[in-house]
Amino acid sequence: MRRGWLVVIVVLALLAPSGIPTWGQGRATMIVTFKDDVSTLDPAIGYDWQNWSIIKSISDGLMDYEPATTTLVPHLAESYSVSADGRTYTFRLRRGVRFHNGREVAAADVKYTMERVLNPKTQSPGAGFYGGIRGAAAFGEGKAKEVAGIRVVDKYTVAFTLDKPNAAFLHTMALNFSHVVPKEEVARLGADFGHKPVGTGAFRVKEWVLGQRLVLERNPNYFLRGRPYLDEIVFQVGVEPNVAFLRLQRGEVDILGDGIPSADFVKVMADARLSKLVAVGDQLQTGYVTINTQVEPLNDVRVRRALNMAIDKGRIVRIINNRAAPANQILPPLMPGYDKDYKGYPFDREQAKKLLAEAGYPNGFRTTLYANNTDPNPRIAQAIQQDLAAIGVRVELKTLAQSTVIEAGGTKGGAPLLWSGGMAWIADYPDPNNFYWPILSCAALAPGTWNWAWYCNREVEKMVEEADAMVQPAQAAARAAKFRQIYRKIMDDAPWIPVFNERRYTMHSARLGGVKGIFVDPIHIPVHYDEVRVQSR
Amino acid sequence: MSVLCPAPERAVGGRIAAREEPPGTCGNCVVIPVDSERAVTSDQRLPPASRGAAAAARTHMARRPPTVWLRLKRSPAALLGMLVIGIVVTLAALAPWVAPFDPAEQFFDGLTLEGRPLAPNGRYWLGTDLLGRDLLSRLVYGARVSLLIGVAANAAALSIGTVIGTMAGYFKGWTAAVFMRFTDLMMAFPALILAIALAAILRPSLWIVALVIGMVNWVWIARVVYSQVLAISGREFIDAARALGVPTPRIFWRHLFPHLIPTLLVWGTLGISTTVMFEAALSFLGVGVRPPTPSWGGTINESQSYFLEAPWLVAFPGAAILLTSLAFNLVGDTLRDVLDPTMRGRA
Amino acid sequence: MSAYLLRRLVQSVLILIGVTFITFVLLYALPADPARMIAGRSATTETVERIRAELGLDQPLPVQYGRYLARLVQGDLGRSYAQKVEVEALLASRLGATFLLMIGGIAFELLIGLPAGTVAAVRRRGAFDRSVMVGAFLGVSAPQFVVGLLLLYVLAYKWPLFPLGGYGSIAHLILPAVTLGIAGGGWYARIMRSAMLDVIHQDYVRTARAKGAGEARVVTRHALRNALLPVVSMIGLDFGTFMGGVVVVESVFGWPGIGQLAWQAIQIVDIPVIMGVVLVSAVAILLGNLLADLVYPLLDPKIRYG
Repeated sequence: MRRGWLVVIVVLALLAPSGIPTWGQGRATMIVTFKDDVSTLDPAIGYDWQNWSIIKSISDGLMDYEPATTTLVPHLAESYSVSADGRTYTFRLRRGVRFHNGREVAAADVKYTMERVLNPKTQSPGAGFYGGIRGAAAFGEGKAKEVAGIRVVDKYTVAFTLDKPNAAFLHTMALNFSHVVPKEEVARLGADFGHKPVGTGAFRVKEWVLGQRLVLERNPNYFLRGRPYLDEIVFQVGVEPNVAFLRLQRGEVDILGDGIPSADFVKVMADARLSKLVAVGDQLQTGYVTINTQVEPLNDVRVRRALNMAIDKGRIVRIINNRAAPANQILPPLMPGYDKDYKGYPFDREQAKKLLAEAGYPNGFRTTLYANNTDPNPRIAQAIQQDLAAIGVRVELKTLAQSTVIEAGGTKGGAPLLWSGGMAWIADYPDPNNFYWPILSCAALAPGTWNWAWYCNREVEKMVEEADAMVQPAQAAARAAKFRQIYRKIMDDAPWIPVFNERRYTMHSARLGGVKGIFVDPIHIPVHYDEVRVQSR
Repeated sequence: MSVLCPAPERAVGGRIAAREEPPGTCGNCVVIPVDSERAVTSDQRLPPASRGAAAAARTHMARRPPTVWLRLKRSPAALLGMLVIGIVVTLAALAPWVAPFDPAEQFFDGLTLEGRPLAPNGRYWLGTDLLGRDLLSRLVYGARVSLLIGVAANAAALSIGTVIGTMAGYFKGWTAAVFMRFTDLMMAFPALILAIALAAILRPSLWIVALVIGMVNWVWIARVVYSQVLAISGREFIDAARALGVPTPRIFWRHLFPHLIPTLLVWGTLGISTTVMFEAALSFLGVGVRPPTPSWGGTINESQSYFLEAPWLVAFPGAAILLTSLAFNLVGDTLRDVLDPTMRGRA
Repeated sequence: MSAYLLRRLVQSVLILIGVTFITFVLLYALPADPARMIAGRSATTETVERIRAELGLDQPLPVQYGRYLARLVQGDLGRSYAQKVEVEALLASRLGATFLLMIGGIAFELLIGLPAGTVAAVRRRGAFDRSVMVGAFLGVSAPQFVVGLLLLYVLAYKWPLFPLGGYGSIAHLILPAVTLGIAGGGWYARIMRSAMLDVIHQDYVRTARAKGAGEARVVTRHALRNALLPVVSMIGLDFGTFMGGVVVVESVFGWPGIGQLAWQAIQIVDIPVIMGVVLVSAVAILLGNLLADLVYPLLDPKIRYG
């Protein structure tokens, strides 16, 4: 029977006059281009950089960030309070916030949403963030019918109790996974909820033609008065960046969702007219080479330090047209806990060779470097290969499909060296512990881990746990100082070679505007969809 | 003794013209050169076209190599082709001595301060690539990989495809069904996924590339050859040969094969270009040559999105591929004319 | 004929099963973990294991394949791991565009290749023949990405004669079809030329000429039909290839075809989608070859399948 439907659909698709745009007439519309299709808009599931910001405009969480900053503020919650022991957070919801289907949001919806994320049937990638809630583990294993640590106090109040204090908990309440969804819609739509999402956000889905475009329209009943500014956003998918760039210059497109194509980058920045349309900002990102501490001879810290000193980061940055700044530590500059005074390992080939000789490898050694095969990563990998060859380390390159590289990294002893480009860590939230737990901690070590350095330092782990317990706002400065200490210690062990911090270059049409910095909002990529507006000329 | 002439495929206006010609003056008959009289044996009874081809093949290839060679030398096109092939092969063989720089060395002054590659200039004659490496050196070294794959892997695919297509088209029935369905299967085979799997599991090498190309490319030629052999084996002269008891391998080699040469030539020469680009795609997936080993297709692959900014990175390797396959084509075309008896005497 | 068709149908089904089996095994052997890819980078091991169990990926290979086959027979192609959309919906949304591009591509290949090849054969060794040869090699050797980008740049950007990529009307189809035509036209031209050369010197053509028929009539009425045999094979092959997706042309022009879907799916190891695309592609290939096989006897009545 389904085959019959297939035939009908094919015939209709062939006969139907397609794609005459019905948007943009007399309305404030913004057009964004992407190469890849938008995968899902289900907040519990969507976890790629492309749909992350779109989901933020369709649903809301208890907390959010002030536009263009990393400052946490209550969002769906009107206010919150933290218990003295730092383990219980009580949120009071705003009144009168309505879902797109008209129903008012209540505390029960928050509990439902969180339990949905923790439910294995949902297959949510975010379940791990909320494992610290009391009763979450039992619920996940099917031993309990509900999560004991989430309590509906009254219609508009919900309380979360954690197993241990976690200074980053409020950040996790700003993640998309915690965005509130209505139970009845999820039940009604089932697996199609990702394509017909219902939330409380500034936009709703008007039209979604798979493989061609996604159209969002303004939610007139959005709880933040005056937002959003736009009436409609059209996401055109399947557009190659080079072609998107041509369209932007012709005025057919407003934002290059995938950024300026590398081929045209230098030309754009050199052109007075075009460079005015480019917003430049920093990202919460670091590009690095992981050194597998379980593989000989990389298990010797002297060897790892030598590798750190062998890389000419300035040249690598030049190869990518100066779109980044050389990095000397693990955290990116925007992150609290970044150490401005830390010098890191200098670029010093002689010193590197001396260290290698000390470690017993005066003639170097052979090893393998993995990298993913999308441009410019093979080039960067080859540059690293040449730099290492200069100190006698002969590197065999394996540039493979991304999924294969990730698999190799997650296998113990699988990838001695791994260039993270294309899969580099971008923070889930602007807190320094996010750069530790998933990618540098002992707790993360298991087959399939993203801790590709297979690094485990129990002392450091204890320090991070202590830092995470510093929950009170008054302790923020001390916590940042502690993290500086922590990351210095990690850099002493040199499990990584931090190479650069990529900057963000968002190119947009001249008619778009908004508060300063919205085009390089560290949380919303490429732009904060709720805050951008079309300026009348 | 009557001379059998190949019957027409389709009767002209219902009349079959050739049979009306007096024996011995068959239009497709070949005047057998006097000096190969001794070579003619039982082939005398075979259709002249094939007989001529057989005689020509035997005499010219086995007894008189210089005649073919002389013919080739007389044709300016073929000479040009052989010259180009000779140059490319020599460059590839003598690469370490010919190339001005190390193809893997990324020069600091090979890129502008903003990291753009340099256009052809005094120091780097063909310009530099995206990592500041000399393009000329990379092209010279790259000839090794591209020639090997373009010529050898292509020839292998060609051979396999021809054998399978011929057997299927000649024997028909169950043989054809088995062979052609197997061909269909291999066509539908997800070679891309195989390549990705191999890339991760094995150490990349040219042999794997050749293997994958060999596995994938023969299907096209098999289909085309199949259709042609179907048609040719329907002609009378094949029936006649069978009736005369000519052993099957000889039928294949002497009677079918000459008619396939033109098609094989097309696939053999145009196929060089597509095979070279296929190798580039496979290397991109991690199966083929490991960076920083250069190859023509690989250079194009990694630079093609920069085409508008740095056209030399696509133009020069592209020209190399083009010239090489054209050269093989020129030689092959002339060779075909030389070997095809029906062409003799008609220019 | 109907017996032949029936035989072919049965054989095709067997081949399809074979293809799905091979693909399934290959994907299983691939050192990439779809559960990990879905779980994302911040997932704990428990989350990954639970996802794996949900998707049935912890079962042994025969069980997984058996389940897949059982669902396939009922017409259920599964749901995409990444998008959670039904694979049929994903395929259906792109089949129409792919079909259109195939028609356009083959049309231009024939438009460019056949006349060029025919004239080149008739005027052998002339200037036209030589330039067609060089042109054919140029077209085949030029990377499709570059040709497409150039066409867009010149004919859509510098001079806005065509839309800058996209999908929706015949105007959108022209440039991608021309790109495909340039790449494939060379093959048709050369094959047509050599087939024509083979035929044009046959007796019956000489006879037709001797009877006083004009050159054009000789060529079209007598020679062309037989020369078309290898061309028909190639059209059949093109049918299969294009319906399987042409990634490069689709991505340059933003054409919502199956190729883009397949490429994306392979990157993230979205097994249901990959299986779906391989299936569609296999069906198209089998269909293309079957159609070509049915056309041969029409061109040459002596052809019998024995």
